[in-house]
Amino acid sequence: MGKFKKIVTLLALGVCFSAPVAIASGGGGSNMEKADIDPGNISSLQRGARNFMNYCSGCHSAQYVRYKTIGKYLGLSEEQLIDNLMFNADKTFETIQASMPSADAARWYGVAPPDMSLMVRAKGADHVYNFLKGFYVSEDSPTGVNNQVLSGTSMPHVLWELQGYQVANFSTHNNEDGSVTTTFDGFEALMAGSMDAEDYDDFVRDTVNFLAYISEPIRSDRRKLGVWVLMFLIFFYILASMLKKQIWKDVK
Amino acid sequence: MARIEAEVGKPQGGFMKWIDDRFPMTSTLKYHVTEYYASKNFNLWYVFGVLAFVVLAIQLLTGIFLTMNYKPAAADAFASVEYIMRDVEWGWLIRYMHSTGASFFFIVVYLHMYRAMLYGSYKKPRELIWLIGMLIFLVLMAEAFAGYLLPWGQMSYWGAQVIISLFGAIPWVGDALVEIIRGDYSISDITLNRFFALHVILLPLALIGLVFVHIVALHEVGSNNPDGIDIKKNKDASGKPVDGVAFHPYHTSKDLVAIIIFLMIFSAVVFFAPDMGGYFLEHANFEPANLTATPEHIAPVWYFTPFYAILRAVPDKLWGFILFVTAVLLPVFLPWLDRSRVRSIRYRGWIYKSALAIFTVTFVVLGWLGTMPADGLYVLMARIFSVVYFAFFLLMPYYTAIDKTKPVPDRVVYHG
Repeated sequence: MGKFKKIVTLLALGVCFSAPVAIASGGGGSNMEKADIDPGNISSLQRGARNFMNYCSGCHSAQYVRYKTIGKYLGLSEEQLIDNLMFNADKTFETIQASMPSADAARWYGVAPPDMSLMVRAKGADHVYNFLKGFYVSEDSPTGVNNQVLSGTSMPHVLWELQGYQVANFSTHNNEDGSVTTTFDGFEALMAGSMDAEDYDDFVRDTVNFLAYISEPIRSDRRKLGVWVLMFLIFFYILASMLKKQIWKDVK
Repeated sequence: MARIEAEVGKPQGGFMKWIDDRFPMTSTLKYHVTEYYASKNFNLWYVFGVLAFVVLAIQLLTGIFLTMNYKPAAADAFASVEYIMRDVEWGWLIRYMHSTGASFFFIVVYLHMYRAMLYGSYKKPRELIWLIGMLIFLVLMAEAFAGYLLPWGQMSYWGAQVIISLFGAIPWVGDALVEIIRGDYSISDITLNRFFALHVILLPLALIGLVFVHIVALHEVGSNNPDGIDIKKNKDASGKPVDGVAFHPYHTSKDLVAIIIFLMIFSAVVFFAPDMGGYFLEHANFEPANLTATPEHIAPVWYFTPFYAILRAVPDKLWGFILFVTAVLLPVFLPWLDRSRVRSIRYRGWIYKSALAIFTVTFVVLGWLGTMPADGLYVLMARIFSVVYFAFFLLMPYYTAIDKTKPVPDRVVYHG
């Protein structure tokens, strides 16, 4: 019984330490939609890779990610990789560099487009998903658009051909103390793009899925390995507790 | 001639004799391992010492392999960590073990210290063990702090900025001291280099030395037990304590089980949740240090947050710093603050039991508050719980002296 109690207590300690995590990760922006990505869906990742290379990698690098890592994980042959994903690299061991020189980009946009290797790990999948869906027409901005998630962003609405343009509706509310609260009421389509809303959501979801994958390419491997490690430890635990019992049997 | 040959040439009594004539091998093993008697009724709380030792070993080993690929330079550090995570064979595992190990070091050390408070392990004759232990804790804090700068992420940089600037609050020497710590007028490549030197050489050496002394001091006076009884008072005819069992094979076999359970929890984090939702690896630290963009919310890693909450509870910078340092150092004085006649909580009265329960809640709540933004209600709560934290220690001489204790039995309680 003593041993059982010990295990339960240790597990309980584990729960105690993970409890605040659950609370903390529950937070975040109130009107954020869930990205709802599926890391195990290889075809979604393939589409995401295609989207990234076609629409993002002109400006955004993923400088820690090698093409051959992606190719291997996505089940692509070297030929497929070179033909479909490698637009500005010769060798598959190269990392993903943006076509646009970073120094020029900084001059043109005021800030260099950030590297995408770790964006999802730093900001979360939901953040990136909502950012890519959150561009709205704004006359105050030099790019003609602002963003609901990252207000004042320097990034133009690169995906406008797909999504079209939308406007954001805000309502203002005068508080009793004289201050004004602005609430976001939602988007309204201004000009249709080549995709309907659902297709665009899928497009963004695939892209974010790919970005989540490159932020930690080893993720699925480590989880698979973890199962084996835990199974080994359980087996080892059984042996060790039998040994302990044997050694302690005479202690009164 | 033949006689001399026998003496010099052939070893008598085997290999161990040969060693023992030159080094106290057998006697040391007996003293520290096979004939070191510790109480047979150790419970769960008594595994955290050996677990801290295990984590130390994990950190030293993984640290060596990380050093082989890490580059301590502001321009390369962040990229070299990602290189380890993506391109070095098994680098991700080594790195996750090291980052998870840092948090688990504090988990087991906090629980190890809490054990001492439960069973009065710091009381006479173990004051020195406690003092050495507190020194280990301080060095560990410095080690963790130095190590956290090395990935050169946003939180590495800005967390260090906040903590180092605290020393600037010290009158007269503050600014000079801050410059000495940074080696520069701001946190820079130079700071990273010296923190690397401290993290991989000075502080680990100090840790190993202190842990060695901690154990030597422990084996001199003997381990405490959940009853707080001196087991050396009850010896059998052969001179071994009747309530004690030898460290090896008894406690080693028991500790092995504990180590495996610990490794299960450790592996669960390493393989399934290495970020622990941003508590073990903070999200903002996946962005490289940016000297021109302050993160909107700077919080140290969870193991510093109880003290960080106390720091922020005080509006004045100097007093905040003083209370912060005092809060960290107050446990040093426990052996002399605690006036109770008994060691173990089992035989203490309701006053200490309540005080310790309140302290436990206080420490956890302060830890939580340290991760939250410092505004409104949170600051008020931090102030209230800071007062409780200090009251626990400062009022201890009074409430432990008047607390009614129960009679302590002659033999340890053991159910087999």
